[in-house]
Amino acid sequence: MAAVRDNVFPTRMNLTTTKTRLKGAETGHSLLKRKSEALTTRFRAIVRKIEDAKLKMGKVMQNASFSLAEVAYITGDISYQVRESAKHATFRVSAKQENVSGVLLPAFERDTRMGGGSQFELTGLGRGGQQIQKARAVYMTAVEMLVELASLQTAFVILDEVIKLTNRRVNAIEYVIIPRIENTISYINSELDEQDREEFYRLKKIQGKKKERAAVAQRETDAKATARHEMPVRDILAEQVDEDIIF
Amino acid sequence: MAQAAHKDRTLIAAIGDEDTVTGLLLAGIGDIDSHQRPNFLVVDSKTTQATIEEEFTSFTQRKDIAIILINQHIADEMRGILDEYSAAFPTVLEIPSKDHPYDPSKDSVLKRVQLLLGD
Repeated sequence: MAAVRDNVFPTRMNLTTTKTRLKGAETGHSLLKRKSEALTTRFRAIVRKIEDAKLKMGKVMQNASFSLAEVAYITGDISYQVRESAKHATFRVSAKQENVSGVLLPAFERDTRMGGGSQFELTGLGRGGQQIQKARAVYMTAVEMLVELASLQTAFVILDEVIKLTNRRVNAIEYVIIPRIENTISYINSELDEQDREEFYRLKKIQGKKKERAAVAQRETDAKATARHEMPVRDILAEQVDEDIIF
Repeated sequence: MAQAAHKDRTLIAAIGDEDTVTGLLLAGIGDIDSHQRPNFLVVDSKTTQATIEEEFTSFTQRKDIAIILINQHIADEMRGILDEYSAAFPTVLEIPSKDHPYDPSKDSVLKRVQLLLGD
């Protein structure tokens, strides 16, 4: 693989900076990995819950349909009446948030502030009122369950996305950023070694030159010294040839 | 920002056959807003698929709807749109209807669940 590296100048300071960056990247990697693991644990729990709830929902809705059939049997068709009297929702939801490793998961809840119940009080006044109220209660529990399921499902969708994002980041750090920083470090190291070798060679060379020069100088002084040594010393005694004094 | 976005979402919308919608309305989810738009759609044999798809899209674009309940047999007819729909809000939930029993293998979300559990 071609060594991809940052475009930096190979200096000792950059080496230190890059090493710090490597440490930072490794810390970030382990943190993100832990986050991803925590999210996955949560995700699996939610997935399991969704599966159970979805299967339970079938039964609950069947039950609810049956209670509506009872109403239809006793009262007749109330669907138009119900549809026409729907003006404002009495069954509302509110979203609260839950924080899982920095991810905000919304959870829907039945909003009881509206105080339901006034809308259909007159429906089935003639007959079957009790059945209608019963069907209403059954449907309300069914919708409550659906709301719960919906919040699980929303959490599922959001978590799915966040886990993908986190895993992408973890992989990016592991397979792109850390190798690149490592390449940069080895590049800087090799460049610095190269510089060291050059410097060493240069010093050697200079030392050699200096030695050479010193040797030449030495030879010159030596030669001078010998020359001086060999210069004929005046023999004063020999020069003065005096007549012998005879008494 | 996300917080503000889903704080206003309080309604549950429904697309379904007559019995399902009646039951849900009986529970009190029905609402008609200031533009006279209901938050529910009754689908019968005369309702065209274009109407359903249009209504579904308009529900997904409304800012006050938190959950969309849709009968599974209706969802089957617009499976393409549902599979493509991946936003968290509003949540689309497939529910069984009286005439069509619930089939978990068709559910868009359950399919993904099974895919994730299967590995």
